Amino acid sequence: MKGILPKIASTVLVVLALTLLITVLVTIPGCAPGGNETGNQTLKLATTTSLYDTGLWDYLETIFEERYNVDLQITAQGTGNALALGKTGDVDVVAVHDPAQEAAFIAGNYSLNATINGNSTARVTWAYNYFIIVGPESDPAGIGGGNLTPEQAFQQIQQEGALNSTAVKFVSRGDNSGTHGKEKAIWKAAGYNYTADIEGNGTADGWYLETGKGMGDTLTVANEKMAYTLTDKGTFLAYQGDLDLVTLLDTGGSLLNVYSVIICKNGHNPGMAQNLTTFLRAPEIQALIAGFGVPEYGHPLFYPWDPEICGLP
Amino acid sequence: MTEIWHAFTKAIELIISLDPEVMEIAGRSLRISGTSCFLASLICLPLGSLIYSHHFRGKRVLINIIQTLFSMPTVLVGLLVFVLFSRAGPLGFFGILLTPTAMVIGQMILITPLLLGLTISALSGVSKETVDTATSLGASGFQTVWLVLREARYAVLAAVIMGFGRAISEVGCAMMVGGNIRGFTRVITTTISMETSKGDFELAMALGIILLFLALIINIVLNRLQQR
Repeated sequence: MKGILPKIASTVLVVLALTLLITVLVTIPGCAPGGNETGNQTLKLATTTSLYDTGLWDYLETIFEERYNVDLQITAQGTGNALALGKTGDVDVVAVHDPAQEAAFIAGNYSLNATINGNSTARVTWAYNYFIIVGPESDPAGIGGGNLTPEQAFQQIQQEGALNSTAVKFVSRGDNSGTHGKEKAIWKAAGYNYTADIEGNGTADGWYLETGKGMGDTLTVANEKMAYTLTDKGTFLAYQGDLDLVTLLDTGGSLLNVYSVIICKNGHNPGMAQNLTTFLRAPEIQALIAGFGVPEYGHPLFYPWDPEICGLP
Repeated sequence: MTEIWHAFTKAIELIISLDPEVMEIAGRSLRISGTSCFLASLICLPLGSLIYSHHFRGKRVLINIIQTLFSMPTVLVGLLVFVLFSRAGPLGFFGILLTPTAMVIGQMILITPLLLGLTISALSGVSKETVDTATSLGASGFQTVWLVLREARYAVLAAVIMGFGRAISEVGCAMMVGGNIRGFTRVITTTISMETSKGDFELAMALGIILLFLALIINIVLNRLQQR
């Protein structure tokens, strides 16, 4: 038993054992610990953190599960990550808010058309709200007051930040999420080359900080740094109690934030995914979405689907 | 400061009242990490004995590699399991990404080097005389290994407990391959991370206390074993 023999023996043993265990684990569902066994069906949903952090999905999950006798499994990811999971079919449906990335997903033939009100469409919009620019109450870059467009406000933050990065900072999601996509679009519309002027020079000058994390985390960082950030209104209202930041700018067409769901072609439960789209646009659920958070925060966190704003169908 | 105190008392309340959510999450952590530790032990104890009892070229190098992997970052394991088991990956046909099974596999990979390495050193700790006596009395190779394994049982058990501790306390891999799905793959560490980012410290703190408490139990057991 000397030389190469034990090595071969041990390798064979490891491979055999691993194969056996994986097979056992996969084939016996009881071996998968945890999980609530409601019915046999499961629907996997990847949602943006901005929707999840407000608690909206926790609220809708139970209603959906009871109505369709299904186990809805929700994982909260940035839009970029959610769409990546959708591409590979690791989730069946995605709930996102970045029109540019959604268009690329659909153009890449990763989506499956849903039927809504008799129309067939890849992207089903179902709610909207607005992005807002928040920052410290002292507003060192002077963007509040309601006279500036979002683009002008971003220009002001860039100029003041470059001059004095100790006083004026901007915290970015930096994670390819829908919010990050919106932020990039505003920088572009404000006349900057995002990669060179903002990510490059901004980071070098020390006024532009990327967290690479979810909306809640990013708000917390902005709060600690007394910095400006772009956030969806829903998450900000949900977190406001823990933050010293205030809303400085909430008007301007470019701040519109539309949420949509897309069924993934490579997913495993397209039928149930279709049910989810029908569910989200059902009048009684739309009413629940409109009323969500009102008792707690005094404002709605989301507005129900509106054809004039979100587009048809 | 009052806020921390408030969160702390709230956390104690959640634990004492056996809050269903806290218990469910803690139970899931125990089940997943227990399963991964058990399965990893099934592989590592025999394999460790095998490596210990045979002399072959490259044994030192192999042991060095194993010991290096003790400090393998959990997110690296997460990445590995993610690319392997994503539906686009080579093992994607199993369809187990974002399930507890993927978390078990990730934790197994994570603690395998630790269990292997510690098993080997536990066995090496058995005195040379014991081995020599057994051999001179005509024990076969298998019988000798069995004897050594029995002699070193406390050290081996300590290794298993260390492995369990590493499995239950890691967050990177669990978050990446489990997806933190409520009621399915949400465990103690991923909840703490999520709740802290939400600014809801009570639940996070309650679970943190439970995790520390588990660590304390593990340590007491470990100490007891080492004193024997």
